[in-house]
Amino acid sequence: MSAATIVTLPDQSTARIPKMNFLTKENGLLSWLLTGDHKRIATLYLISITFFFFIGGALAGLIRLELLTPQTSLMAADTYNKVFSMHGLIMVFFFLVPSVPATIGNFVVPMMVGAKDLALPKINLLSWYLYVLGGCMMIYTMAAGGVDTGWTFTTPLSTHYLNTNVASAATAVFIAGFSSIFTGLNFIVTIHKMRCPGMTWFRLPLFIWSNYAASILMVLGTPVLAIVLVLVVLERTVHIGVFDPAYGGDPILFQHLFWFYSHPAVYIMILPGFGVISEVISTFSRKRVFGYTAVAFSSVAIAVFAFFVWAHHMFIMGISNYSAIVFSLMTMLVAVPSAIKIFNWAFTLYKGSITFETPMLYAFGFMGLFTIGGMTGVFLGSTGTDIQLTETYFIVAHFHFVMVGGMLMSFLSGIHFWWPKWTGRMYPEKLSQLAALTTFIGFNLTFFPQFILGTLGMPRRYAAYPPEFQALNVFSTAGATVLGVGYLLPILYLTWSLKYGAIAGDNPWQATGLEWQTQSPPLTENFPEIPIMDHEAYDYEWLEKQQQKEVASVG
Amino acid sequence: MDHISPVLWQFLDKWLTHFALYPPEASKIAPEADALYFFMILISLVGLTLVVLLIVAFSILYSKKRHPKAIQIEGSTILEATWTIIPLGLFLIMFVWGALLYFRIYTPPANAMNIYVVGKQWMWKVEHPGGQHEIDALHVPTGRPVQLTLISQDVFHSFSIPAFRVKREAIPGRYSTVWFEATTPGTYHLFCTQYCGTNHSQMIGDIVVMTPDDFRKWLEGSTSGSSLAQDGERLFASLSCNACHNARPDARGPSLVNVYDSQLMLSTGQTVTADDAYLRQAILSPSQHITQGYAPIMPTYQGQVSEEGVIELVEYIKNLDSDYRVQQTLNTTDLVPEGQAGKAPTAGQKPAAQKEAKP
Amino acid sequence: MSDSTATANGAVAEVHHEHPSYQRHHFESVEQQFDTTNFAMWLFLLTEVMFFGGLFTSYLIMRNWYYPAFVEGSHQLSIFWGTANTAVLLCSSFTMAMAVWSAEVRRKGMLLLFLGLTFVLGIGFLGIKGIEWHEKWEKSHVPGLRYSEASFLNPASDKEVYKEYHDKPLAPDMAAKTEQYFFLYFALTGMHALHMVIGVGILIFIMVRAKSGAYTSGHVTFVENFGLYWHFVDIIWIFLYPLLYLISRY
Repeated sequence: MSAATIVTLPDQSTARIPKMNFLTKENGLLSWLLTGDHKRIATLYLISITFFFFIGGALAGLIRLELLTPQTSLMAADTYNKVFSMHGLIMVFFFLVPSVPATIGNFVVPMMVGAKDLALPKINLLSWYLYVLGGCMMIYTMAAGGVDTGWTFTTPLSTHYLNTNVASAATAVFIAGFSSIFTGLNFIVTIHKMRCPGMTWFRLPLFIWSNYAASILMVLGTPVLAIVLVLVVLERTVHIGVFDPAYGGDPILFQHLFWFYSHPAVYIMILPGFGVISEVISTFSRKRVFGYTAVAFSSVAIAVFAFFVWAHHMFIMGISNYSAIVFSLMTMLVAVPSAIKIFNWAFTLYKGSITFETPMLYAFGFMGLFTIGGMTGVFLGSTGTDIQLTETYFIVAHFHFVMVGGMLMSFLSGIHFWWPKWTGRMYPEKLSQLAALTTFIGFNLTFFPQFILGTLGMPRRYAAYPPEFQALNVFSTAGATVLGVGYLLPILYLTWSLKYGAIAGDNPWQATGLEWQTQSPPLTENFPEIPIMDHEAYDYEWLEKQQQKEVASVG
Repeated sequence: MDHISPVLWQFLDKWLTHFALYPPEASKIAPEADALYFFMILISLVGLTLVVLLIVAFSILYSKKRHPKAIQIEGSTILEATWTIIPLGLFLIMFVWGALLYFRIYTPPANAMNIYVVGKQWMWKVEHPGGQHEIDALHVPTGRPVQLTLISQDVFHSFSIPAFRVKREAIPGRYSTVWFEATTPGTYHLFCTQYCGTNHSQMIGDIVVMTPDDFRKWLEGSTSGSSLAQDGERLFASLSCNACHNARPDARGPSLVNVYDSQLMLSTGQTVTADDAYLRQAILSPSQHITQGYAPIMPTYQGQVSEEGVIELVEYIKNLDSDYRVQQTLNTTDLVPEGQAGKAPTAGQKPAAQKEAKP
Repeated sequence: MSDSTATANGAVAEVHHEHPSYQRHHFESVEQQFDTTNFAMWLFLLTEVMFFGGLFTSYLIMRNWYYPAFVEGSHQLSIFWGTANTAVLLCSSFTMAMAVWSAEVRRKGMLLLFLGLTFVLGIGFLGIKGIEWHEKWEKSHVPGLRYSEASFLNPASDKEVYKEYHDKPLAPDMAAKTEQYFFLYFALTGMHALHMVIGVGILIFIMVRAKSGAYTSGHVTFVENFGLYWHFVDIIWIFLYPLLYLISRY
């Protein structure tokens, strides 16, 4: 190909997908439903997560359609409340939390550490079944009329003042929570105990460090969500509980317990995305990530600090002023490691050799949008400004910038990056670059106006709003249409590529990770024999020597 | 803010509000909040520009065509230190500035005029001490600090006035406060910003800021005939609080004259300030805090008194500076507390076995 | 290298090394398998600590706020049954440890004996819990479903408890808070009992497999890891017992 790309494909006239790989090893539905192979489980996850993403996305479309007009024109207020609640629940618990770890992580983590599978394959399969069970429960909730508590289940609204399907929604999230715990548990154990000989901690790819940090959060934080949901359902059933002020309970207690998980949850969502960006930036600039140690430690630092900031969701809720400033200070501290990462990635580009394939485009998009999202987080972490901006569209814009502009972009970056490894085929480059650009433009059009709406004071979760906010809302909806196209395109061309994509070969990106030193798609046992790690991570000089050796031996 | 040219400030303010990018500044704290906000925007712009510049510049300078061979660089401790310390420093500035602003907004001054707000699904009930009642509206004068004492009757709500840059959650079960001083007459948005169910988006209203003269006229014109304290006095008598809290030497309950904001010694030896929250709790959950020297015999009024009723009682107690009228109401009512039938208190008679069973 | 062999033949010769039948294929050695699954179990128990942590936090806060109500509520619990349950669980932990030892020394008979004893003690615990809960139902101390504050407004009416503690009558608003105590009592003991039920269920599975010799031929991992779980459930009870039963008895 031209000099402006590093893609190196085998000769298409003779290349074939390897006959024996994890997809062809066994056939039949049961071989998939009872598999222990982490790659098959990752594939199952990919399909189910995509399914839920599109349901959540359709709900988002409904939200934006309703918000075209200041009145409740498309649906009743109750219905709108259900739509945004379901959108939040599905996107957070059934898409964002499992997205990178359960799909890309499951697929790639064992290979990156040089193992044949995750430590606990049966638990991995159980994790997927729990996800599906939770998902079915959530679909049942929708079919039974939905739930309108918001994704945050705020008490006493959810315990005493609603007659929608709170219990089934809470159960769905509870079950999905255990799916997440088991994935995290599996990763931690694998990374500790299954590294191949020579794979020291500081030779691990940064994707492993990020997922390790996210797994710590999954394992320690999610159980608290589980118990608080149990308490909410109990209180709903027996009409008395610890969250009801009429009986001496405290609704603020719910807030503390809920946000104790839900703040680390946002880092669960973003940390694996950070890992993807490290891999992609390194590969497409042909350079070891600048400041490897700093990036590795910053992931762990985020995981640690994540547990100390939860009450920044409660600044206006009557916590004491002193308590508020403690949490505000911790929030400022947790923002710093993310800033460190952004600069480290930017400087990885310095004196590199950069090409602009689709994963790299998504990574650049991530860096810009996550910077905005992260900085607006600092706006909210400062107590005084939070008073003005909290509970408005500023918050909505902030978390969509980090979650969609950040996390979803890195998910797409990762999917495109590992697609050739996963399927043995390349996606169409020009079309995917167009999709990336469309997504980026659509995203900014949709969510940037929401910062302004928030500053103006437009509250979140409003089905109707004062007419002077209409122009910005229309703008936002228009952007959402473009964004929708940007997300539909990958589904189409990735499916197309399964049959018609170019054969990728083992290492189309010339990347250094262990997963790229084996066939595409990989064997069920990943490696014919356990590799021995004798070089540092992102060692492009080692890769060059390998390739020279190959040329010499084949030639 | 004195450091910023007033001309530039006016220009920014007018231009932003004209283009509806920013709410009007209608309170004393608004310009201070905006100053911090603009500082943050500035820093964000600088940060974003820096990051974008680095990405674009490096992408051009080091694209594969221009720079075919990458040079491996491990890192640079100096750079790491730089981009750790500078962001941390900037974030800490925002933290300190924000904390100062936060303390300002959530620490009402002593001379603030107090207005009660009860949030319920799906309306705001505003109670002026003079007995003016509003629904989904709040009239305030310019030039005077106004404190809002908020509570919710059912679920969480949030009282938000974007033009004043203030917002506070109305919490079921406890009071919360916020204060502001309005500066510009006009009508501004009032929103409920905490999702509270079906008609959350309808729980909106108007904040009407008036000049002091207009406000006085409005007060006179909208009064309900009795102030909150007078309503509270009526409630106090009808619930027979005066049977115990009558400032007599042999009274079963402590005197409430001038008790507001005083230091109370509890039976546990602890000292508390008898503020609004304490008074509310004393009415609804009295056995949690018992004044020293008194038996824990006060019944709870949970379920018998609405939040508005509690507000009226609190307002009454706040203004109670003599027991004269309490005594008066005692003589004019024959009401006896529950369980004490047959032992109607008469002046001079010492009730048997009082102050027994010290806790 | 490995990739060229893979694409060339399509089939890769699997290196066949000697390993016991119970060693899973993704592990390099039995030691790695044991080490890994053991670590995983400890990590899982850590998640359980966080899970119960939320309940304990709620309990501690409510007890701090409504101490008199919690004291009188706890007087309604039977110290006899609570202590009996504690003894039962401690013994069951002992028998479980003996079962693990039996598996390690490969003595099937002893293994089955100790597993059986643990099972019996576990069922005993659940039975006693059932008796206590039934008593709560009889005395109308089940929050939300069947609750009466009579025993707290007028302790003298509850002769057995009054004889032992001579409680003072609670003020009505404090008496209402006893329902919070019982809500947390049922939530805590109920969650604990659920974990016991799961434990007993797995114990049955282990006993069946033990009978066919699955754990007495060197593969102790499952029994050992289950032992960890059982001890953990026991430890939770060791915390519950003083918190719920022994409030004013320091």
